[in-house]
Amino acid sequence: MSQTLLELVQVLFLLVVLLALVKPLGGFMARVYQGERTFLTPLLAPVEGLLYRISGVQPDDEMGWKRYAWSMLLFNLVLFSGLFALLLTQHLLPLNPQKLPPFSWQLALNTAISFTTNTNWQNYSGEQAASYLTQMAGFGLHNFASAATGMAIVIALIRGFSRRKSSAIGNFWVDLTRGTLYILLPISIIAALLLVSLGVIQNFSPYKTVPLVQSVSYDKPKLDDKGAQLKDAKGNPVTENVIAKEATIPMGPVASQEAIKELGTNGGGFFNANSAHPFENPTPLTNFVEILLILLIPASLTYTFGLMVGNTRQGWMLLGVMILLWLLCFGVLQGVEQAGNPLVAKLGVSGGNLEGKETRFGMVASNLFTVTTTATSCGAVNSMHDSLTPIGGMIPLSLILLGEIVFGGVGSGLYTMLAFAIIAVFVSGLMIGRTPEYLGKKIEVQEMWMSIITILTAGVVVLILSGLAMITPSAVASMSNPGTHGLSEVLYAVASMANNNGSAFAGLNGNVPFYNLLGGLAMTIGRYIPAVAVLAMAGSLAEKKYIPPSLGTLPTDKLPFAVWLTLVILIVGALTFFPALALGPIVEHLTMR
Amino acid sequence: MSKHTQQPQSAFDTALLQGALLESLKKLDPRQLWRNPVMLCVEIASLITLVTFVLSLSGANKEPAWFTGAVSAWLWLTVIFSTFAEALAEGRGKARAASLRSSRTNVTAKLLAKPDFNSAFTTVGASQLRKGDCILVAAGEMIAGDGDVLAGAALVNESAVTGESAPVIRESGGDRSAVTGGTSVIANSIIVRITANPGETFLDRMIGLIEGAKRRKTPNEVALEVLLIALTVVFLLVCANIAPLSSYSVKAAGQGTPVSLTILTALFVCLAPTTIAALLPAIGIAGMDRLFQKNVIALSGRAIEAAGDVNVLLLDKTGTITHGNREATAFVPVGGHSEQELAEAALMASLADETPEGRSVVLLAKQNNGLVRETPKDAEVVEFSADTRLSGINLAGHQYRKGASDSTIAFVKGLGATSIPPELADLVDRIARAGATPLVVSRDNEIMGVINLKDIVKAGIQERFLQLRSMGIKTVMITGDNPLTAAAIAAEAQVDDFLAQAKPEEKLRLIKEYQEQGYMVAMTGDGTNDAPALAQADVAVAMNTGTQPAREAANIIDLDSNPTKLLDIVEVGKQILMTRGNLTTFSISNDIAKYFAIIPAALLSIYPQLGVLNLMGLASPYSAILSAVIFNAIIIPMLVPLALKGTKFRAMPAEKLLIHNLLIYGLGGIIAPFAGIKAIDMLIAVFV
Repeated sequence: MSQTLLELVQVLFLLVVLLALVKPLGGFMARVYQGERTFLTPLLAPVEGLLYRISGVQPDDEMGWKRYAWSMLLFNLVLFSGLFALLLTQHLLPLNPQKLPPFSWQLALNTAISFTTNTNWQNYSGEQAASYLTQMAGFGLHNFASAATGMAIVIALIRGFSRRKSSAIGNFWVDLTRGTLYILLPISIIAALLLVSLGVIQNFSPYKTVPLVQSVSYDKPKLDDKGAQLKDAKGNPVTENVIAKEATIPMGPVASQEAIKELGTNGGGFFNANSAHPFENPTPLTNFVEILLILLIPASLTYTFGLMVGNTRQGWMLLGVMILLWLLCFGVLQGVEQAGNPLVAKLGVSGGNLEGKETRFGMVASNLFTVTTTATSCGAVNSMHDSLTPIGGMIPLSLILLGEIVFGGVGSGLYTMLAFAIIAVFVSGLMIGRTPEYLGKKIEVQEMWMSIITILTAGVVVLILSGLAMITPSAVASMSNPGTHGLSEVLYAVASMANNNGSAFAGLNGNVPFYNLLGGLAMTIGRYIPAVAVLAMAGSLAEKKYIPPSLGTLPTDKLPFAVWLTLVILIVGALTFFPALALGPIVEHLTMR
Repeated sequence: MSKHTQQPQSAFDTALLQGALLESLKKLDPRQLWRNPVMLCVEIASLITLVTFVLSLSGANKEPAWFTGAVSAWLWLTVIFSTFAEALAEGRGKARAASLRSSRTNVTAKLLAKPDFNSAFTTVGASQLRKGDCILVAAGEMIAGDGDVLAGAALVNESAVTGESAPVIRESGGDRSAVTGGTSVIANSIIVRITANPGETFLDRMIGLIEGAKRRKTPNEVALEVLLIALTVVFLLVCANIAPLSSYSVKAAGQGTPVSLTILTALFVCLAPTTIAALLPAIGIAGMDRLFQKNVIALSGRAIEAAGDVNVLLLDKTGTITHGNREATAFVPVGGHSEQELAEAALMASLADETPEGRSVVLLAKQNNGLVRETPKDAEVVEFSADTRLSGINLAGHQYRKGASDSTIAFVKGLGATSIPPELADLVDRIARAGATPLVVSRDNEIMGVINLKDIVKAGIQERFLQLRSMGIKTVMITGDNPLTAAAIAAEAQVDDFLAQAKPEEKLRLIKEYQEQGYMVAMTGDGTNDAPALAQADVAVAMNTGTQPAREAANIIDLDSNPTKLLDIVEVGKQILMTRGNLTTFSISNDIAKYFAIIPAALLSIYPQLGVLNLMGLASPYSAILSAVIFNAIIIPMLVPLALKGTKFRAMPAEKLLIHNLLIYGLGGIIAPFAGIKAIDMLIAVFV
């Protein structure tokens, strides 16, 4: 127990370090996006200027929301096409020492969408499928670009709140460039160097083959020619026994990828094992750094928001709600995992549920990573979510289903949270007898539509797709644990894709046409419909005049509103997914007792 | 002020109920119901359950017929309760509209060839009158349409419109020239120029509004509906999602049956925000109706809601903050005269003065100094004139005068006064600075002293402003007084700000300034010179006694012409929004208990373990589902009185109000259905 207590101290430590960084980084980001001078300006302004000259961008050419949205969509379409082409042709291109074959078109489609949308859902194993060029020029570039896109969108929304009677919400290309150049790149470089110094590898070597100290025998599931698991008459997987005497150790430029993977809440691992792999995440300290990197930008953006709308308390309030939900979920997860599996306890084995945990880091560090990666839309993993207890597994699932707002993805988390705040403001505004207003802007029909679209799109996709999956034989066959747990696996998979998280419950073979194609569709809808809705809302808000607060205005930077907002988030989530959760983790939990 | 001849009707008058019941059935027509999309979905759901009921009667559906039948019946009742609530709210207005309409049947008018009392006229029906026509209305006749008095003055009975039986004077020129169609002239004749075509008159608009025929959804209502529709769509998908998930679970668990269409439909209706959707139209209509009971006509629902948002109130000083007229409150003698002497002189100077100020002097002399005089027959009355700016009488060789300081001094000097009491200038200045009007009294060539004429601030007005301030509404007093006087009255009445020596263009500028800063501005007015400012204000309340331009510029008309009504209007505006917000929260909070009733019941056959979610210990799956459906239905009529009356308005800061309402409607909304569903289940268990 005292061991656990000691481990728990790192949660507190993480929180302290994070909170200490929110203000400086948040303030820095506000200055960057407002075009003010920062300590990096002397170094980067010439580069920035050169980029604009090359690309013909007029930095002071402000855009209306439609132009902003089109620019964003166009940019993402180009990114997608580039990666799609790269995945299909990687065998012809350099930096492929393992001579890896091209992706199938369906997998390439899914993967290209996945990385463009900041989802980083991976229906492949990085080390077995992606060349170094694909990792760096493909995935690496997208990790930056998709993160910068998310940040640009939320900055445009913040401008909508802070501007008055304006038809413009900024210039997408400028926001994109500044976000990448001043924020993502410098922090990634520092983080990568830090990770290398802590033992994360960074090289272009071919994979190394080493003899095993002791040969290992294991059952390998047999696959059919389409890559799907073969099953016997009873539906159990067919396996064959394999004895391994040597192991192939994958290499690669991992550290540079790792830094932006966490920082941009991307989550696409260099290796299949993601952050559970010792080359991605070698020590408890790197584990700590990685969790911090995941939270860094989403948390700091709340302060950027507060600064830009002229009231930092507004930002702190949102951050408070996020931290509250994050700690709440961590508490439950830690509690149920610590309590362990009752079926195992019946066998006389006491103690917590350690299956699937990364034992190098311990239970707390595993749980903390699990909660953080699903609370943000990161999706990197350092332990196997599929092996969590039913209620434990419901925690990361719920965090995803809430809409990725507990910190959330870089940019996307805050804009979805702001959409929730607008809904909360609307209902509470009515309850006090006023036309609702948030940050001095009246909330009217247009804002309601756009906020609702923003918060409900992913949920709607999850409901439709999980239903479809249950009546699609190939989708059902992908489960490795049919029954209530299989239902959770499917629910988790579609939730992860629709909400652009990208982590997997595992145990589900996603590389089948159903998940590749419909999953790709889910990721696209889940990313761009809210994004465009948010930009439309930014446009409509920017045009409104500012209403000064009076005694009759509901303060949105105080405790009562924070509590109300938390309740709205939880109630919307619970009402939408209670039946599905009842048939998945809840009944699984009840069955185990 | 007026008596309210329109008695507030009880919500449950028998005749009204019957009418509403019939109307509610007519409203089931999908072509009408589509205006309320959530309820249209419920109607479709009712139809689906009707089909499953028929199927279970024929045996094609394995569910017991009593169950499907009861679910279907209660779903239909849910829709009917909703249309009934709307019909009931409309019914109250319709009854009133009918009585208004009866007041103008078969009216004829004397159409004049030219606007002259001696001109020839032809008799035409009211419906043939057009804008610009001139009609003659004699005593005992009804005025055929809205218009302006061109010539003459008459006593008009406006009870048909205002409910006020005391007749009012309408005369050409000035601020009392507007007449309303449907009112009748009691004495004298007037020539009226018609200002509205038939069908567009004030009475027509009023009838249309009251009937709810022209009711448009307000922006706020539309925004709320967006939320309700979105929730409905989500819940539809939630229920649709249960079908494949449960049929997979049946295969996986190897037992049970997938959740049936009847149960999915029932669950959908229970989850959809039916409570608020059913009562939404009634809330708006009832709000207008409540205003009408206060003799206020809002020309649009939008105007009332805007009133709820107002954060600056521009109030005319006279009549709103102070009683209409200044009153004498003290006699201050000068030049060695006693107060009694001054009172005597002031009384004499005021005996023939029929203005309210003059009468208040007579009253003060009686109350304070015990002096009572009749106007002597031989007195020579000196009327107030713009030249002398003095009034008084000449009696028994003495000349009594009162007037402004400079004119009185000039007068006594003219009579040969050699010296003016030195303390006079100070005294006059002091009184003026205190916000009062000094009136100097003279007898012959002697200055006797000063009457202190004061604006009397209405009793209790300070509390009202305090209340407004706590709601975040700023009050601004508008007056024609000089800044000195205005400041003193503003301080006494405790308004936040004032505009002195206000001219029409300055009022307009002030409103624009506030709007520029993002404030919502309300103002009251009655004169033609108020019209531009009224047109600019977000909420413009015109007095019914006001001129036609003022009434046309306004979006709310106060039939009682009582400017403090603005406060009531603000209250009703807020009440409408609050009722909507509170019922929305209540409706959604209810879903938690409904889930706990229906989900374990629906899935019990597949996973008996889910029985632990049956927190309420409901008797059987069928009774659990039926109880939730019944609760969902009967909560609508139970909340109809609340929807019609509106949630109680409390003047308290926003945050406190939110916590208060969240505790009642949020927490209450979570707890109430647990108790309600359990109670209904116990009742059902008795019968089944």
